[in-house]
Formats: sequence, structure tokens, C-alpha cells
Amino acid sequence: MSAIQPDESLARRMHGLQPGEQPVARSTPLIPGTSDDGTLSEDTGKRAPCVLGDRSFEDVTNIVCGYAEAKMPKPWLAALTITSSIAALGTGMILYLIITGVGVWGLNNQVDWAWDITNFVFWIGIGHAGTLISAILCLLKQNWRTAVNRSAEAMTIFAVVCAGIFPGIHVGRVWFAWFLAPIPNSNGIWPNFRSPLLWDVFAVSTYATVSLLFWYMGMIPDVATLRDRAYMRLTKGVSRPMAIPMPIGNDIIVPQLPKPDQIRVLIYGIMSLGWRFSSRHWHRYEKAYLILAGISTPLVLSVHSIVSFDFATSIIPGWHTTIFPPYFVAGAVFGGFAMVLWLMIPLRLILPNFSDLLTKRHLENMAKILLLTGTMVGFAYGMEFFIAWYSGNEFEFSVFANNRVNPAKAPYWWAYWTMIFCNVATPQLFWFRKMRQNPLVIWIVASFVTVGMWFERFVIIVTSIHRAFLPGEWHMFFPTWVDILTFVGSCGIFMTLFLLFLKFLPVFALAELKVVMPQSHTHDDH
Amino acid sequence: MPNIKELISFAADYFPMVFRKPAPKYVSESGNRVYGMVAEFHETPKVYHAAEMVRDAGYSKWDVHTPFPIHDIETAMGMKTTKLPLMAGGAAITGVIIAIILQWGTTAYLYPTVVQGKPFEAWEPFVPIMFELGVLLTAFTCIFGMLALNGLPRFHHPLFSHERFYKVSDNRFIICIESDDPKFDPSTTRALLEKAGGSEIALIEDED
Repeated sequence: MSAIQPDESLARRMHGLQPGEQPVARSTPLIPGTSDDGTLSEDTGKRAPCVLGDRSFEDVTNIVCGYAEAKMPKPWLAALTITSSIAALGTGMILYLIITGVGVWGLNNQVDWAWDITNFVFWIGIGHAGTLISAILCLLKQNWRTAVNRSAEAMTIFAVVCAGIFPGIHVGRVWFAWFLAPIPNSNGIWPNFRSPLLWDVFAVSTYATVSLLFWYMGMIPDVATLRDRAYMRLTKGVSRPMAIPMPIGNDIIVPQLPKPDQIRVLIYGIMSLGWRFSSRHWHRYEKAYLILAGISTPLVLSVHSIVSFDFATSIIPGWHTTIFPPYFVAGAVFGGFAMVLWLMIPLRLILPNFSDLLTKRHLENMAKILLLTGTMVGFAYGMEFFIAWYSGNEFEFSVFANNRVNPAKAPYWWAYWTMIFCNVATPQLFWFRKMRQNPLVIWIVASFVTVGMWFERFVIIVTSIHRAFLPGEWHMFFPTWVDILTFVGSCGIFMTLFLLFLKFLPVFALAELKVVMPQSHTHDDH
Repeated sequence: MPNIKELISFAADYFPMVFRKPAPKYVSESGNRVYGMVAEFHETPKVYHAAEMVRDAGYSKWDVHTPFPIHDIETAMGMKTTKLPLMAGGAAITGVIIAIILQWGTTAYLYPTVVQGKPFEAWEPFVPIMFELGVLLTAFTCIFGMLALNGLPRFHHPLFSHERFYKVSDNRFIICIESDDPKFDPSTTRALLEKAGGSEIALIEDED
């Protein structure tokens, strides 16, 4: 028992065990005296296991479903209380903006895009890691993706939800947002299909739809597992009655209400569409998955390229560059992986059994991707600056030298140098093996990168437009309290959705995890 | 291609008030129609070899229910490759054509607007939306086509009446041979499943 957790009741809860059921003990404990969990081997001839602790299929099912079925730990409830309050605050800010008008933001005649579009690009960029993990790593046959793909895809959906808010509300009169749709308005006027802003509408809505479908399709078998387990508990008569969680003290049991398992059977039953794990179904399912991975790969690259066209096709110095599409895509992957790590490392702490499925090897691999993409982003910053000088365009060069880099002349120099420090300098720590194998260091770097990626978008947008060609048009941008609280609120919406996902849906791709376990091989010899 | 009888049987699962199921081939002792016979397996290699045996015995209407897609089970079951990729390709082309008609029709004919003096019928600005719509329709076809070919959603199925079937979503493997199979015979099928190493062999009844 103590091999899992010192506290027996906690251990049972972690496994989602019902009264009378036997707990699952690890047969191979962590290597004593080290922080290594046995996956950090540098031996190229040996493949690190994707699932630790010599787990059986049943153990993995119990671990993944256990959290969705048992009571969540208190820190989860505390976190949800805080984040949902922030989300409510953000929703209030959006309502205030809609009722009053965009004047409540700090936008002015010169800086007419600021935090709104910064937040939009920030959130849409974060979403990209999920699709990258589920699509590109699937095509590259990277088996370690199975531990993170479900939660990364969920993160994608929630980030796209947050991203969708900002362009929707920044148009001012929100009730005219239907002008974005490809239909003629009452005067017979069609939207301009030659505008990158309309491409953006198509790209982001396609991306949101495809990501949602991809995520849902991946979940069908796992939700069916939850359905079957809830049904088995009901037929065995071991279902718990409905209880209302209390932050302090015991939960209040309400036997009059339907049991949670009855609700689960209904909702998971509808969601899983009657999936019966048939091999003939699996065959088509895998084909569909492969095609979706194949089309999501160019899709994810196209979305941030098209977002960058919003800037690159204009003739504003600092925006009008051809490096933008690859630079934005690398930045999006970078920021997205930082967010995945930022969420996953605390998750391993709060829900400890997940650390057998999400090993240090996974964290190290993602840290390496952070190093790679961070260096690519750093190269893009340097190349952008070099071309501004080499092209001989004095306006372009002035944007870099006088609006961004030079502390003596640029009022936003601190934003530029924050970006450089967070995005280029901090990931370089991962050249050292000790650093990229330490979850705390990875988490701190991921926090820096998330901040840095927000500043990158701020630098691109605000420092380029706050000074136009005539000095008479120069204006600073100052965010109002509504600007700040709307952004904070969008973080609250994101975190609330993610916490609810942890509670109610399978956080790991169960069927895919079972495929990468050694027991799934059809021949005994390997 | 399924025959008329199969189609009627399929429709009867969804609309029992409209279609009546064809007369059953086998009826259990309690008077219910027999859906098929199931056998359980505990290990992946065993179910793989058992599937090869059922395939070689010449059965056609049977299935292996597994908690995860077993690698290369298609060969062991003698399954034909699905038409889904062809459908997806068709959807991609349709999406691109819709995008061309939508953009070209509106920009060049319905509502030509002068934007920076560029020609109305230039194709270059239409490429991003052509791509996006192609991807969108492919994704719809993949997922909804996969579900349609699988006959899902289908919330009721005779297998769900089998208590042990619910372990398939955890760690069990079940081979099910349907009674509609021309080679199905309660005694020989049971013998085959026993020889293949299956345990807990049971007859599944369709309670309707």
C-alpha cells in the first residue's frame, strides 16, 4: 500500500477504487536515492518505456478513470473557486465593454490595435501545441505523445475559445459581427475575400472546428470506457450517492438526487455514441485519425501563417516582412509547449499517479522542443533586425532601433528586452541535461516563456504602430483597468475550462496509451 | 455491398416501428433471437491467433472487440481496406471547388470591389480560403463518414446485454461470431472458439 501513497484513503481515491476492491501496487518502485524515474536513459539502443511501474491494462484504466470518477482533491476545488471567480470577472468586463463601447479600452487613434489583438494572437498561438502534438507527432510516430495529447488538445480548444473572444468584441458593435460571415448583408455587399482579415476568419473557425472534432473523436472510446465502468458499478450496486462537496468539513449527502453514476451512464453514453470497441470500427477509426492528422499538420501551419498575414500584408514598417509566417508558427509552437508544460508539471504533483504515465522523459522531450523553437524564434528576431538594416529601408530600421531596441530612444525598450530575455535567453538553460531534467526548472522557464510570448505579440503590434511616419502622429498606449481585467479574465476562463476537463473527461488517451504498452504486441517475442 | 435483407435489419435497429426484422435463424430456449456467440481472451497474441483461426474457418460476419486497436488485426481478420480515404479525397476537392465558386463569383461578378487597383479575377488571394474549406470538408467527411460506415451512433446493441462485454473497454478481448453468418452453427462455432483458446463462451440473445 505504501508503495503508492503513504495515506491509504488518499491512495484508494487516487485509483478510483470502490470499497472492497484491491489497490494496484507498483511492482518496480522508483530508483531509490535519485530523482530519476528510470526513463532518462541516454542509451540509444534502449527505448524508454512510455508507461512506468510495470502497469497492466487494468491499472492504466484505473488510473485514468479513477480521477474522473472519484472525488477531486481539495486543491482542485480551491483552484476552481479562484479561477471561476476570475472567469466571472472577465465575463463582466466583456459585458461592460459591449454595453459601453470600445472606448473603455486604452485604444487611441494611433494605437488602434493593442491588448485585444495581442491577446488574440497570444491565445491562438498557445493552441498550436495541442494540434502539433496530436497531428505532427502522430505522423512522425512519436509514441511519447500519447501521454500528453489529450490534455494538449483540450488546452487547444480552450485557448481557441479565449482567442475567439477578442476579435469578436474588439469590432465595437458586436451585433454586427455577422458581417464576418461569407454572406451578403442587407445592401447586397459581400465581404472582401482579398483581405487577410477574412482569411483569418476562415482559418480560425476551421481550426476551431477541426480541433474540436479531432479532440472529440479521440475521446469517443475513452468516454465509452467511463460509461462501461459507471454501468458496471450501478449493476454491482456499489455506486456512491450524490454528495455536495464542501470546502470545509464533510460533504453533504443527498440521497434524493440521482446517483452520479446514473448521470454518467446517460451523458457518457450519449457522448460515446454507442462505441463497442469493434475491430472493424477501429480500422476505420484509425484511418480517419491518420487522415485528420495529415490534414491538421498543414492546417496548424496555415493558421498562424494567416494570422501573421494580418500584419505582413500591410505596409506598416515593422509588420511588412516576409519572415512573419514561419516566425509566427515557430513562436506559436514555442508558446504552446510552454503552456503544456506549465499545466502538466503541477498536474503531476496534484494527481500523483499520473507521473507513471507522464514521465520525466516526456518533460525532457518537451523541454528540448522548447529549446529548439526558442532558438528558432531567437534566430527570427535577429534576422528581422538584420534585414531591417540590410534592406536599407530607413523606416523599417527606425522601428527596430528607435521604437524597440534602444533604451535611450524607444519608450517600449523594456517590453522588447523582456521578450528577448524570456524567449531567447531562458530556454538556453536546456542545453544542460540537469536543467532539462528538473521539473521545477522546466516549470519556471515555461512561465518565463509564456510571459515572453505575450510580450512578443505586444512588441510586434504596439511598437510598430505607436509611431507613424509623422512625429505628430506619435502616441503611447496605456491599458485601462478594463484592458487588464479582460485579459486576466480570459486566463480565468481558460483555467476554469481546463480544471473542469480534468474532472469530467479522460485526461489521458486511454486506448492510445494501451497501444504503446508492451502487452499490446501481437507476438510474444517482443 | 450489403444486401437488402441486411439493410432492412440495419434500419430495424433504428426504426423498429417502421421496419420489422427478418425472421431469426436461431432462437434460444427462452424464445429470443440469437445474435451470436462470444468468447473471451486475455492476451493480445492469443486473440490475434484466434482471429486468424476464425478467418481461416471461413466466417464472414464476425468481429473482434478490443480495448485498443490491435496492430495489423486487419490481416488476421481478412478485412478489406476502408473506402474512407477516397471519400475524404472527394470532400477535399469539393471544398476547394466551393471556395473557388464562392470567392470568384462574388469578387469578379456579384460584387466587384476595387481594392488597391488589383484585378478582380486574380487567383492568388483566393488560395488561403480554398485550402481552409478543403480541410474543413475533409475533416467533416472523415469523422462523420467514419461514424456512418460504422453504423454509429447506435445506443442499443445485443452485445450490451452481455454482462462480461463491459470488460472489453478495460482489458478483455472478445470475439463475436454473428448468427447471420452462413457458416454459423451453435455446436461447430462453439468448438472452433474453444479450439482457438477462448473462455467464457456464451450465446448472446437479442431481447426485442
